[in-house]
Amino acid sequence: MKQLRRTMLFVPADHPGMMFEAPVFQPDCIIFDLEDAISLKEKDSARNLLVEALKAIDFGNCEVFARINPLYTPFGEKDVRRLVPAGLQNFRLPMTESPEDILRLDQLLTALEKEHELPRGELKILGAIETAKGVINAPAIATASPRLIGISFGAEDFTRSMTTERSQTGEELFWARSHVVLAARAAGIDAIDTVFTALGDEEGFDREVSMAKQLGFSGKSVIHPSQIKTVHRIFTPANDEIIHAQRIINAMHAAEANGSGVIVVDGKMVDSPVVLKAQRVLDLAKGANLLPGGGEA
Amino acid sequence: MKKAPFGKAGTLESNDVLVTVELNEEKPLEIELESIVKAQFGSQLMHTVTTTLKNLGVAGGTIRIIDKGALDFAIRARVITAVNRARGGEAL
Repeated sequence: MKQLRRTMLFVPADHPGMMFEAPVFQPDCIIFDLEDAISLKEKDSARNLLVEALKAIDFGNCEVFARINPLYTPFGEKDVRRLVPAGLQNFRLPMTESPEDILRLDQLLTALEKEHELPRGELKILGAIETAKGVINAPAIATASPRLIGISFGAEDFTRSMTTERSQTGEELFWARSHVVLAARAAGIDAIDTVFTALGDEEGFDREVSMAKQLGFSGKSVIHPSQIKTVHRIFTPANDEIIHAQRIINAMHAAEANGSGVIVVDGKMVDSPVVLKAQRVLDLAKGANLLPGGGEA
Repeated sequence: MKKAPFGKAGTLESNDVLVTVELNEEKPLEIELESIVKAQFGSQLMHTVTTTLKNLGVAGGTIRIIDKGALDFAIRARVITAVNRARGGEAL
């Protein structure tokens, strides 16, 4: 079944209450943050808290990540070395600017898989692209390692690197967003859009999430549980889309059974890209438990 | 007189715990526990603290715990961090 990554909920790894409550809100993914949310003098404390949390808490169906500190800081490698034996499998690498950044983490994970006798390739990477240089290198980053399950776009640091500010309409991000999602799709991995920080602006949030979906992103990083419902609504196929997709797939099976190469739905011929899109809709619906036999997302 | 190694970790926020340790191998281990749920879970809290200290090889000194309803994982993590800091061992 396709792993949905519609929402990646950031949770600071120094708040025990937020950490054990996070799965209650049912995001697709939880990202425990050891980087920007943690002050320099609390890095050790947050790391210890996350290690003990990983050993103790059942996160249910949520895919769990840690946003580690960059490997060029004194903290990044320590984060990884402590989190792997605690059972963490997914690492979000911030400030990824080149394929070498990914390869450095890849090599560390390979060594740790060997040290802890884990299956080779089990540990995964999400590369976070947050600078002008990272955006330019997105295609090379997205294909740097078979461990990559996706790349994400971070607008806050990106606008800083571009000497500009985020606007409500997001023109300053359009090319970068498009480039990141194009690189991810060409590499066959997920693309995760940046956070939206204006928590009170529901209309603006709705508009931005819709744009991210339209551009081809798989989901969005979120900073508050209240944002999850909107993202899931927009990124989950509607009932009529699911029914239509099911009819296309049924027609394809019927055509195959009849030895016919022509698929017809409602009197219209359907070609291969439409069938593939229909299959994607059904994969998303299945991942969200919206097909018969599953519950509602 | 040499000052006993001192370490502190945690907060007084809800669901957290503030742990302070003064390590002194020449003194018996003394644990002071203050908790909003001491009546209900005091013995369980003490068990978590003493087990964690034992695993860390702490045999003597004074440990002060101010608990604000923390779960076991948070208590363990805060005790580990406070002891590590007192030992000056684990770099950030």
